[in-house]
Amino acid sequence: MIDWQPLLLTLQLALVTTVILFILALPLAHLLANLKSKIKPVFEALISMPLVLPPTVIGFYLLVAFSPTSGIGEWLNTNLNIQLAFTFEGLVLASMIYSLPFMVQPLQNGYNKVPRSLIEAAQTMGKNRWQIFTKVQIPIMKPAVTTALVLSFAHTIGEFGVALMIGGNIPGETRVASIAIYDQVEAMNYHAANTYSIILIALSFVILALLYALNRNSATSISQ
Amino acid sequence: MIACHIKKRLATTDGYKEFQFDFEVPPGSFTAIYGASGAGKTSLLRMISGLMRPDKGQIIYNKEIWFDQVKGLFKPIRKREVGFVFQDYTLFPNMTVMENLKFALSKEATVDLIDQVITVMDLEGLIQYKPVYLSGGQQQRLALARAIVQKPKMLLLDEPLSALDISTQLKLEEYILKVHQELQCTTLFVGHDIGQIIRMADNVLVIKDQRVTSAASPYETFTTNTLNSTTHLNGSIVNIRSEKHTKIASIAIGRDMVQVTLNEKDNFSVGDEVLLKSNTFNPQVTRILKDH
Repeated sequence: MIDWQPLLLTLQLALVTTVILFILALPLAHLLANLKSKIKPVFEALISMPLVLPPTVIGFYLLVAFSPTSGIGEWLNTNLNIQLAFTFEGLVLASMIYSLPFMVQPLQNGYNKVPRSLIEAAQTMGKNRWQIFTKVQIPIMKPAVTTALVLSFAHTIGEFGVALMIGGNIPGETRVASIAIYDQVEAMNYHAANTYSIILIALSFVILALLYALNRNSATSISQ
Repeated sequence: MIACHIKKRLATTDGYKEFQFDFEVPPGSFTAIYGASGAGKTSLLRMISGLMRPDKGQIIYNKEIWFDQVKGLFKPIRKREVGFVFQDYTLFPNMTVMENLKFALSKEATVDLIDQVITVMDLEGLIQYKPVYLSGGQQQRLALARAIVQKPKMLLLDEPLSALDISTQLKLEEYILKVHQELQCTTLFVGHDIGQIIRMADNVLVIKDQRVTSAASPYETFTTNTLNSTTHLNGSIVNIRSEKHTKIASIAIGRDMVQVTLNEKDNFSVGDEVLLKSNTFNPQVTRILKDH
């Protein structure tokens, strides 16, 4: 019998990360989609960095930054009583940075796909920004929203390097499924590692199949 | 009444140029805006609606300042209460016909208005469909219906009939005129088709060389002299054949072909756009002036 705690923690981490990241990425992607500045590629490159950087690099610098002896870590600890290194909160923040491009890029593409003329038409109908956002933009970019949510969720489930660096291996706090597999292999407990792995494979497959099914449905529902 | 005295620098095929639009349109009138492609017709509509901000000048609607560069006033689009029918219809693809209408419905209007408009625009039976399943004519009727349920003070139509076949165009012209009369609003209509303008508008603004060069009735605008006969038809010459003492032209008018004797002095040629004036026994052909 395996310990279910790492799997539950993984799902909890993925859910919290996805929700917070979605709320922050919506305005960020909107800003990027409408940005006409020459330095737009700089922002786009910065957001895409987690795609190419080894997760250990991100994890290493976050660990250094959140360490109680560093400026940021000390300030957070003293003033806000927040400890980010080796805690679930730190893991959430690191996961958000790690999954940032998976959330922002689909949303940015989604915003770009909503024709400017539709927004203008809604403006002439006396609609405010919020009404246009909820009734026109979001429904039209529904496939992009689904992709962003599902990919960010799935990507967080699959993270290892960042989680190990910033979270360590604390049961019930930071030991997510990928760390638990590594832990079991190190302890030569291949049976448990295999069980965790199979569950992760099944979970990933279900999530991606769901993504394709949902996008197929929303693509047809826009036009039907 | 709308009084427009504005300047705007706009991109043209010859680089950036300053456009200057000075005109006044009487309240309740149906005014056509005529000019070549790239003349600035759509930009003018966009500036009146508030979708584009002029660089300088003033736009005043019934003593209400919509834009005044000197005073720094700019009334937001959503407060101008204009119904804008775009060239590409801009129907919301995620909404059904009914949802498109409900979304546009003015706060002061009741849902009954939607039912009336659906009947007038022949949209019954289509209300549960999304725009992608509608034909061009149906989409156009929905775009018009959507503008009507807004109960606009001003109706702005940007070449709304250009992509439709002639019979649908003629039917929709009637709808538009009916709507214009029912709403008792001021309508600005961007059009290319002289026949359509003659049939619909009571006033024409001609835009040429970045200026409004003429503001007059369609007849004054498109003919050299004012005509007063009972019937006017416009068409184009598709064939000219010489008989013993005269020339006979075949003129395409809508879907019909008419044969008319030409006045030899006028030197017509195939392809000329002409106005046919019927004087009971003596139809006369006048060349339409397109060099405005």
